Amino acid sequence: MFESIDFALVNWSRAQFALTAMFHWLFVPLTLGLGFIIAFMETIYVRTGDPEWKRITKFWMKLFGINFAIGVATGIILEFEFGTNWSNYSWFVGDIFGAPLAIEGIMAFFLESTFIAVMFFGWGKVSKRFHLTATWLTAIGANLSALWILVANAWMQNPIGMKFNPEMARNEMVNFWDIVLSETAVNKFLHTTTSGYVLASVFVVGVSAWFLLKKRHILFAKRSIVIGSVFGIVSSIMVIASGDGSAREVAKNQPMKFAAMESLYEGQTNAPLIAIGLFGKPHDTPMHRKSDQDFLMKIEIPNMLSYMAFLKVDAFVPGIKDLVLGNEDYNIMSYKEKIKRGYEAQQVLKAFKEAKGVDAVEYNRLKAKFDDKHWVENYFRYFGYGNYYDPNPEQLELNAFKIVPPISLSFYAFHIMVALGGHFLLLFIVILYFALYSRIENKKLVLYTALWTIPFAYIASQSGWVVAEVGRQPWVIQDLMPTMTAVSKIDTSSVMITFGLFTITFVGLAIAEVRIMVKQIKNGPKEGGNK
Amino acid sequence: MNWIKKVYRFYRDGFRGLSDWGRTMWIIILLKLFVMFAILKLFFFTDTLKNKYDTDEERAQHVLEELITH
Repeated sequence: MFESIDFALVNWSRAQFALTAMFHWLFVPLTLGLGFIIAFMETIYVRTGDPEWKRITKFWMKLFGINFAIGVATGIILEFEFGTNWSNYSWFVGDIFGAPLAIEGIMAFFLESTFIAVMFFGWGKVSKRFHLTATWLTAIGANLSALWILVANAWMQNPIGMKFNPEMARNEMVNFWDIVLSETAVNKFLHTTTSGYVLASVFVVGVSAWFLLKKRHILFAKRSIVIGSVFGIVSSIMVIASGDGSAREVAKNQPMKFAAMESLYEGQTNAPLIAIGLFGKPHDTPMHRKSDQDFLMKIEIPNMLSYMAFLKVDAFVPGIKDLVLGNEDYNIMSYKEKIKRGYEAQQVLKAFKEAKGVDAVEYNRLKAKFDDKHWVENYFRYFGYGNYYDPNPEQLELNAFKIVPPISLSFYAFHIMVALGGHFLLLFIVILYFALYSRIENKKLVLYTALWTIPFAYIASQSGWVVAEVGRQPWVIQDLMPTMTAVSKIDTSSVMITFGLFTITFVGLAIAEVRIMVKQIKNGPKEGGNK
Repeated sequence: MNWIKKVYRFYRDGFRGLSDWGRTMWIIILLKLFVMFAILKLFFFTDTLKNKYDTDEERAQHVLEELITH
């Protein structure tokens, strides 16, 4: 079947979506976290009446406003792309994707646009408490907006709470709460939002460190560092806890992604976690039965991977080959078997389509299969694997190995994210200690480290999404729809043109963001702050 | 009606009192929205299935064919 796929189109569409999503995600995490940091600062101002806290709040609010203004609506481009480049996918997901996105749109518009106006226009015009309420509601509103997007994304990683309608070729929501409260959605929401809080904390601490290095606005900078680092420590602990939950959830629902994150070719009990690793040669693409790991060097933590995945040090963690070829000892169904089952499900759908208007009895018999829980659980759930079917067993196995995500990218993205997460927590603890108990303004190494950690917060944040999205390839919807089926058959050149247009626009906007932000940072907080 | 006037004045005064950076931000927002909706959406991002097919049944048939690869 692969002959009929235009992989140039698939790859350009993927590149365009990745570019847009990653650009959008440059702005979102700072908005999510800085909203709360501002709310904490303003709360202290309202409670103490100290005007210095008002200046601190207003300064960070200005940077929040710049980030919000440049980033606002960049996510809408993703929705354009769904309709144009991913029309099969958009149709197939039906109202499951539409409902959360509609809620997000309405919520973002009413909550954020109303309260953000009070935040910026309301100083001195509304009461202190009303203004504070608006600030808190802006922060909460931004996070609630993120909730619905993340729920939609979580459903793609773990599709539940729906029923496939074979007549309309789309999935229909059966239980809204199953989708919203799925373990994937809960972990994804907590991990993603709290990672945004960490990024915002790094930003506040880093920018404040710059003021201290320049010996400007010392009190302002110290107070900001205390708020940023305390929020950063709490958020980092939440990131670790939600990351732990995510790891277990991924090991259960997306074991191939989990194996790719650790480059685990062969499953094992007492599996160690690779703390640091470097590959010696590129991985075989696609893999095959004889492919093997090749680490130039690695440092492992014994038993940790087994514990991380299943909370047991001696648990068996399936490797990539166990998943593709199957492992009877641990009751793991092979991808080859899943492909056959998926193919059978596709044949039923094909026969159903052909029986329409021709053979009513056959039509109803086949339609009933989609209501049969046993058939859905054992055949339809592997529907997407059917695209990799080949009657030749050798080719079937080669095709099965194509259902393995890019290993190096998943591995490095995961380890960079985790390593940087550890660095951020350490930085928050050290800088908080010096801010409280020592003359932080004299600790130049710490201050420079804090300043230069800002870009690394963005790298960690983007790496997290790379793990989530690259690690689940080739699926757009886990086990049901591969990327190559989701894409619209449109002209590749039009996708290339829009990719170019986006690149120019996004680079322009990113330059504007950085320039305006840097200018405002250099201007510093208004009305004093030189204590 | 009184509160509508208050809200109107609140926004009007807010926009009138915009700082330099605030004005720049609004210019960027409006430019961006124009590019997104008047250029990108209109000329580059039309709805593929809505454009190609008139009814939902036709769209469903197309997607069914795309799903069944063999």
